[in-house]
Amino acid sequence: MSEIVLFKHLIDPEVRNIENYIKLGGYEGLKKAFTMQPDDIIEEVKRSNLRGRGGAGFPTGLKWSFMPKGEGQKYFVCNADEGEPGTFKDRYIMSENPHQLIEGMVIGGYAMGATVGYIYIRGEFEFVAKILQKAIDEAYEKGFLGKNILNSGFDFDLYVHLGAGAYVCGEETGLINSLEGKPGQPRLKPPFPAQYGVFGKPTTVNNVETIACVPDIIKKGADWFLSIGPEKNNGTKIYAVSGHVNNPGVFELPMGTPLREIIYEHAGGIVGGKKLKAVIPGGSSAPVLGPEHLDIPMDFDSLKKVGSMLGSGAIIVMSEDTCMVEAFTRLAKFYAHESCGQCTPCREGTAWLYKILKRIEDREGKKGDIDLILDICGKIMGRTICPLGDAAVMCIKPAVERFRDEFEYHIEHKKCMVENKIPIF
Amino acid sequence: MALRFDENDVKKLEEIRAKYPNNQACTLPFLHYAQDKFGYVSMDVIKLVAQTLNLPVAHVLSVATFYTMYNKKPVGKYHLQVCTNISCSLLGARRLVDKLQELLGIKPGETTEDGMFTLTEVECLGSCGTAPVIQVNDKYFENLDEKKVEELIESLRKGELDV
Repeated sequence: MSEIVLFKHLIDPEVRNIENYIKLGGYEGLKKAFTMQPDDIIEEVKRSNLRGRGGAGFPTGLKWSFMPKGEGQKYFVCNADEGEPGTFKDRYIMSENPHQLIEGMVIGGYAMGATVGYIYIRGEFEFVAKILQKAIDEAYEKGFLGKNILNSGFDFDLYVHLGAGAYVCGEETGLINSLEGKPGQPRLKPPFPAQYGVFGKPTTVNNVETIACVPDIIKKGADWFLSIGPEKNNGTKIYAVSGHVNNPGVFELPMGTPLREIIYEHAGGIVGGKKLKAVIPGGSSAPVLGPEHLDIPMDFDSLKKVGSMLGSGAIIVMSEDTCMVEAFTRLAKFYAHESCGQCTPCREGTAWLYKILKRIEDREGKKGDIDLILDICGKIMGRTICPLGDAAVMCIKPAVERFRDEFEYHIEHKKCMVENKIPIF
Repeated sequence: MALRFDENDVKKLEEIRAKYPNNQACTLPFLHYAQDKFGYVSMDVIKLVAQTLNLPVAHVLSVATFYTMYNKKPVGKYHLQVCTNISCSLLGARRLVDKLQELLGIKPGETTEDGMFTLTEVECLGSCGTAPVIQVNDKYFENLDEKKVEELIESLRKGELDV
């Protein structure tokens, strides 16, 4: 069995209880952190090669080092918005092993000099927020949160903040605006959150899984983390597998585990022994791959080499019974729905893409529609405030290119080439 | 009679207020609280939240209308939100919506005449490994099929489920 870091509930199902978490070595990372200088903690995180698990894969230690030194209010915010289709990993860290996240928040707060933290959790996860709140209350009682934590002289308060249903709030500046009580419309960068973040103060935003990796990195040292996974892509990774597999779910494995092993060993292979047609490797915005990519190691750099991305590590599997036109029209509908409306290329472009795809799906496609889709994609990419427009393009463009014959068949024959397809619309 | 927060509400809202450095940051949590109390976010609720926080009504309105979870019209006792995004659709979410329409006699976006059920199609609920999934009020029901949906509706009608 591979190393279990984040899913400690597999060792002790009751690890969400603070006593059990402590028995498994919980909060030892925090105790050790208080024996270190804040800068040394940031150096240790840098040395571990921990990269953001929310999607972008940005080096965490480097991000932490952007926070200004010295006095003044700073904030540490956990992005628990988890809205990318296919992604459902953070929910299990928070509901089954919440103290690992809380411990990571306190360590991060201490390292960056932030005395207040918020966990911004999507509104639909209210049941998870209640579990988190209970764990936070326990941590306050035990002195791991609040004033003068473990007599270190460091104060840290942690609050849970519920979102209210908007995918765009998963983007860090959209999240910041939402946390400030505004519509979650992303901001132009610069200024970056480390300079001007929530409430106008320096802020760092990290994903749940990223923060939950920190206690073990501090406790066991960066070398331990470096011993797992390929170079520059170290540590364990939670792969979330959904779609046409026999055993969907979350699997904590070493970073770089091949796609084939994840799908066929851990997720039990394709339902009904069918053929694999397509796989989205990292949440819906990661460019779609085909069966020829099964031996790719699932890590940031290997997926980038084949034109896709690890993203959140959410693997969506589609069997031969899936109509690609329907599947990606559905995803286009999602991006059109979730565009915040600030930027014209995203607002108009995503809606236009959906409209064209839907008419192809409805057997009313026109000659030239595919080229029009690709043209619109080119006019959205890189032309918006936040990456939502890019995400829509990265989802749709490779799908239309890879499965162009299916889209053309829909347009030309006014019917679907997949027999016995699973109805999506 | 105009809507108001009572003494107990004020105490709870003050607890929320203590978590943030300014009033504006309380907009989302106060709207959540008000929706729980009054059932949905009407224009009167928006005005009440604005007045309580000493913020412009236009600001609270802009927030209430940006986010999908604030209901701008009344919903039934049980709000059935069916995820129809990709992972749920790959495993039959469409069939669940069809089944619910048949069982309840309403279309997505509608509420049954007796006020028991509202049916809504929603975007990804972040429960893709246990797809397809329906959120009933604050609770998730996962790994569903048509038979389980029928049983779920039956249990809700009988008041057997705590949601």
